[in-house]
Amino acid sequence: MAKTKRRKKPLSEYSTGELVLFRFRKNKLAMFGVFLLLFVALAVAAAPILSSYAAVSKMHMSDRFQAPNATYIFGTDEFGRDLFARILYGGRISLLCSFAIIAIAFVVGALIGGAAGFFGGKVDTVLMRIVDMLMAVPSTMLAMAIITALGNGVWKLVMALAIAQIARFARIVRSSVLTLRNVEYVEAAKCYGCSSLRIILKHIIPNGIGPIIVSATLCLGQTILSISSMGYLGLGVASPTPEWGTIISENKINIQAYPYLGLIPGICICLTVMAVNFIGDGLRDAFDPRTKN
Amino acid sequence: MTWVKYALKRLLMLIPVIVCVTFFLYLILSFSSGSLARQLLGDDATEEQIAAKEAEMGLDQPLMVRYGKYMLGVLKLDFGKSWVNGEDVLARFENRLPNTLKLSTLAMLFAIGIGVPLGIGSAIKQYSLLDYGSMFVAMLLFSMPSFWLGTMCQILFCLVLHWLPVSGADSWDCFILPMLILGANTMATMIRMSRTSMLDVIRQDYIRTAKAKGASAKQVIAHHAMRNSLIPIITQVGVSFAGTIAGAVVTENIFAIPGVGTLLINAVKSHDVPVVLGTVIFVAIIVGVINLIVDLFCAVIDPRIDLAA
Repeated sequence: MAKTKRRKKPLSEYSTGELVLFRFRKNKLAMFGVFLLLFVALAVAAAPILSSYAAVSKMHMSDRFQAPNATYIFGTDEFGRDLFARILYGGRISLLCSFAIIAIAFVVGALIGGAAGFFGGKVDTVLMRIVDMLMAVPSTMLAMAIITALGNGVWKLVMALAIAQIARFARIVRSSVLTLRNVEYVEAAKCYGCSSLRIILKHIIPNGIGPIIVSATLCLGQTILSISSMGYLGLGVASPTPEWGTIISENKINIQAYPYLGLIPGICICLTVMAVNFIGDGLRDAFDPRTKN
Repeated sequence: MTWVKYALKRLLMLIPVIVCVTFFLYLILSFSSGSLARQLLGDDATEEQIAAKEAEMGLDQPLMVRYGKYMLGVLKLDFGKSWVNGEDVLARFENRLPNTLKLSTLAMLFAIGIGVPLGIGSAIKQYSLLDYGSMFVAMLLFSMPSFWLGTMCQILFCLVLHWLPVSGADSWDCFILPMLILGANTMATMIRMSRTSMLDVIRQDYIRTAKAKGASAKQVIAHHAMRNSLIPIITQVGVSFAGTIAGAVVTENIFAIPGVGTLLINAVKSHDVPVVLGTVIFVAIIVGVINLIVDLFCAVIDPRIDLAA
């Protein structure tokens, strides 16, 4: 039924959003990414059902270094802690923090970049100098410097990484606002007497959001990697609390004898980031089919 | 001589950026500096000891005075002394910078040397086995945390197979594995970037014209497509080089290479502000110079870029 219904409507009647969704759903890799990410997100969200928070730090000294088996799906570490529970609850921190970081950086960056692009002139110059300043140092190094000032802790890590990403979003939003500001249909809307707010909401945002969403998605993948690298380096999430990076670093010395302790968390990070990247690539091709190779 | 003028102008523009970055860090720091002396001395320090330490660190003065003093010092190439062990920051840096620069340059050369030919090759032979293979490798390396890849490779090649030294920076073979690990992510970016760039160029009208005039496929690629496709790639090299220096922090940490990265991590962990600030300033200068070189290179390749403008 759905198929015949779709054919009844001529192609020109579909909105841009519908076309984007249609192209995205045709992309097999991207859909695979969506399912993979949904699977990880559901597993992580269902952590209290699949396991319990008590299992994260509960030590079973008689069950140290158990290879993956029926009781311990992912095995146990040197203290006999259940790796499955640790990875599930660790994933909560990794995923939630990355989403929070991207959300904060996205909102602040969009406000700065949007204001700079829309108002132009002095506002643009001042705001872009601030952005240049944030871009002068690689973002992970900037984040580390901010952590030095703020100290360790999950929310401080989120703040540091978010501040370090703001510049990137401000740049993208500004450039897409700048191109859209002089487009004919925006000019036409101005001639019609539309208010600035209406132009922003109805014309600039729907037309400029594509590349920004794509870049946010690809950035999300890199942020998951950054958080776990920070955890691995010992900045951010402290050891008893599980996080994907800290799980690998605390098991580092035992990986040689018990390879599953390194392989399983690593593969979890890899698959999650890959899912996000597949979605990002799929979105890019869906928003702008001309770039599709 | 336009390019000398341009280079000087760009280098001068670095100064306000560095002033702003350091001021920004100073500002954030002022929120938390009250407890820093306490943290450095430990819990059983008396109030007098803490006050004395704060005076030694200069924390008893107002923010602007401290900042002004620091920047005056920087002008005289005095980056202050470490809060933790009192060593001169600049001297520490001179020791460690060569290792980091060596490691990141090697990693970049590896990433460019393998990544760009692979990317261009897969664009020319689109939908071939080479194309799918290199895109798969790129996606895999792009999604892999480098600390994990590094740890696993170190265990496999150094501890199990004993092919390479586990850590340190004493001989040339110490750098092989770190170089590959650090370059892996950049290589993935290079493959993707050069493939997209080449595909973009070979669909242009002038390529069709060249083909229509009877130029062979080799000639079209070498004379018409290559030069134009290189510009986005070179720009990406600049961006990636900065990322590689930041990535070196992780790689140096895994392989215990005494570089800027290990220095930075220890300083961040012990709240050693002068060392962190010094590192940030140095990295900002290095990144600025790299971007400058990249822009000059682009101007050489693309005569449409006007440096005087």
